[in-house]
Amino acid sequence: MYQLLKQIAKTGIVTEPAPLPDAALRALEQRLGELILKHFGRALAIRHVDAGSCNGCELEIHAMNSPYYNLEGLGIKFVASPRHADMLLVTGPVSRNMETALRRTWEATPDPKLVVAIGDCGCTGGIFGESYASCGRVSNVIPVDVAVPGCPPTPVAILQGILTAITPGRK
Amino acid sequence: MSRAFKELGLDATPLAAATPAFCTSIPAGELRGICEQARARKARLVALWGSDETTRRAGHALHLALAFPAGLLWVSVPLSREDPHYPGIADIYPSANRMQRAAADLLGIIPSADADRRKWLRHGAWPEGAFPLRKNVEAGARFAQGPDRYPFVPVEGEGVHEIPVGPVHAGTIEPGHFRFSIVGEKILRLEERLGYKHKGIEKRFEQMTLEEGAKLAGRVSGDSTVAYAWAYAMAVEGATGTEPPRRALALRGILLELERIANHLGDLGYLGNDVSLSFGFFQFWRLKEDLLRTHAQLFGHRYLMDAVVPGGVAKDLPPAAGEALAERLARIEREVATLKSIYDEHAGAQDRFIMTGQVTPELAERMGLTGLAARASGVARDLRVDYPIPPWQQLDPRAASHTRGDVAARIAVRFDEVFESMRLVQALVRQLPDGDIRAPLGAAAAGARGVGWVEGWRGEVLIALDVSGTGRIHRLHPHDPSWQNWPLLEHAVHGNIVPDFPLINKSFNLSYSGVDL
Ligand code: SF4
Repeated sequence: MYQLLKQIAKTGIVTEPAPLPDAALRALEQRLGELILKHFGRALAIRHVDAGSCNGCELEIHAMNSPYYNLEGLGIKFVASPRHADMLLVTGPVSRNMETALRRTWEATPDPKLVVAIGDCGCTGGIFGESYASCGRVSNVIPVDVAVPGCPPTPVAILQGILTAITPGRK
Repeated sequence: MSRAFKELGLDATPLAAATPAFCTSIPAGELRGICEQARARKARLVALWGSDETTRRAGHALHLALAFPAGLLWVSVPLSREDPHYPGIADIYPSANRMQRAAADLLGIIPSADADRRKWLRHGAWPEGAFPLRKNVEAGARFAQGPDRYPFVPVEGEGVHEIPVGPVHAGTIEPGHFRFSIVGEKILRLEERLGYKHKGIEKRFEQMTLEEGAKLAGRVSGDSTVAYAWAYAMAVEGATGTEPPRRALALRGILLELERIANHLGDLGYLGNDVSLSFGFFQFWRLKEDLLRTHAQLFGHRYLMDAVVPGGVAKDLPPAAGEALAERLARIEREVATLKSIYDEHAGAQDRFIMTGQVTPELAERMGLTGLAARASGVARDLRVDYPIPPWQQLDPRAASHTRGDVAARIAVRFDEVFESMRLVQALVRQLPDGDIRAPLGAAAAGARGVGWVEGWRGEVLIALDVSGTGRIHRLHPHDPSWQNWPLLEHAVHGNIVPDFPLINKSFNLSYSGVDL
């Protein structure tokens, strides 16, 4: 127990200032936090759906949960059911074997809902493209509000995409 | 060297490959006899796949990769165009079951009637009787979406309940379906249904040149991008007679071990999280993020994608950067040592880890468990140790080995491997040979073959490549160790309670994308 507490004390608070993208990230986080508070008055509930990714984009969504990105502090939480979600974060090209599951998840998400497509695959179908097994981009299957390029996009880029999606008058 | 296979009555030809590899062709009638003898000699089945050879004025073919102490043996079994049947081998090598079914779905090459002939990769995206990996099916072909209807094995008995989970899970996990049969809280049986992420990767390869394929190989399973890209590069280098410079090999070694460390750190964090030790999650993910940022700084990508290319590597590591890397790792290593003693002494966590999700060494051996999970179940195999090619040669890597086969053992293997990989990276940085980082690719002859075989963080990754007449990819099979290990998860959860499933699953952390292809 002593060692555990010592490690906590030694680590301190790592959420920022982080070694890399910092000033921009700090500004981004502040804006995101304000908007969520203003428009939702509570946490922004996000449901992630992997529609056929290579699992690379998932790595970055996991990384967003590291203490460097203080997600909960911003008022973002990942929820287990689409019924509780304000936003779907969809990764991958949509495999045809996931087409129905994705559509059902989208239908189960209450209106008004936002969809953010993640990664080059989500944006365009990426390297996998369209084929007998792949529907390609997410917007070929469900309506998409914002698409975040990158292979995979960094946590900062994903946060930026979420911010764009909730920014009023973006369309 | 092919003498090793003479005893089997085989005439094996050496393949140009970094790791020892041979190929041979046998009639279907000899397949079972060869497999029985191979099994008796403790050779393991690394992969099984099919191919369409009709564009070469032949029929179809079944292929096997078997691992012998002398090296990898690629066995091809020509099958006729009209009747591509062969005797199944899943009773000899249990891991062949799903691979045979995948080959049947994609190519219509079919094991004998006594085999499990249920579909595997085919859900509703193409109908029965259509075989998308055949050459006469256009890459852009589309079939009408049909109903799935998968025949799960029914489990009956008093008080038995069924819980279907997925394909979409709560949490950021790849999609797959798990069907639990439970009595009270205890898991009586688990049946997995995968294939949801099937996105036609193998067909895609066949539209690509050898150079183009590298990027796709690095995206078969994104968390193992270095392992796949290296295996792909090895296969292409073999097929084109290209020798990558020694400096490039050392840099690949560094990249592969960094990938191993990053994944293990992430898993160790999640395994803490799954037993309510969120402290562990935050600590390990802080360290992982530090490492990812270091990757981005030094190699231009947080997950090291596209860092390994056919012929060498894409980016050099200047001396100052090497020093910075070694210093960063030393710091992370000290913290991991502290965290290890915290995990070791945390009674609550250990209570959940120990004896949970067990795979005994006997079961592991019989079913063909591989990689990290196998090393936790007394099967101390590791390609870096068993076939010590450069850059491992002078480094004398040590294979982790634990025998209890439970969650605790899979955690212990990860800790051991993090420390060993740190040692390897630091040694490689110190002894980095001078010279180029990339050699120009030679030309490949039509029908040239190449194999790439790399110990990724999850286990052995294989790329089997067959080049077409025009220097493009005729057939490429990327093989993930998860093929072997998924069926063992079904065994590991047996008799455990449902709430421990996420923990057990995480302790294996198998790839969906890598097997769904
Ligand atoms: S965008 Fe890149 S990382 Fe994301 S799923 Fe596609 S290939 Fe993988």
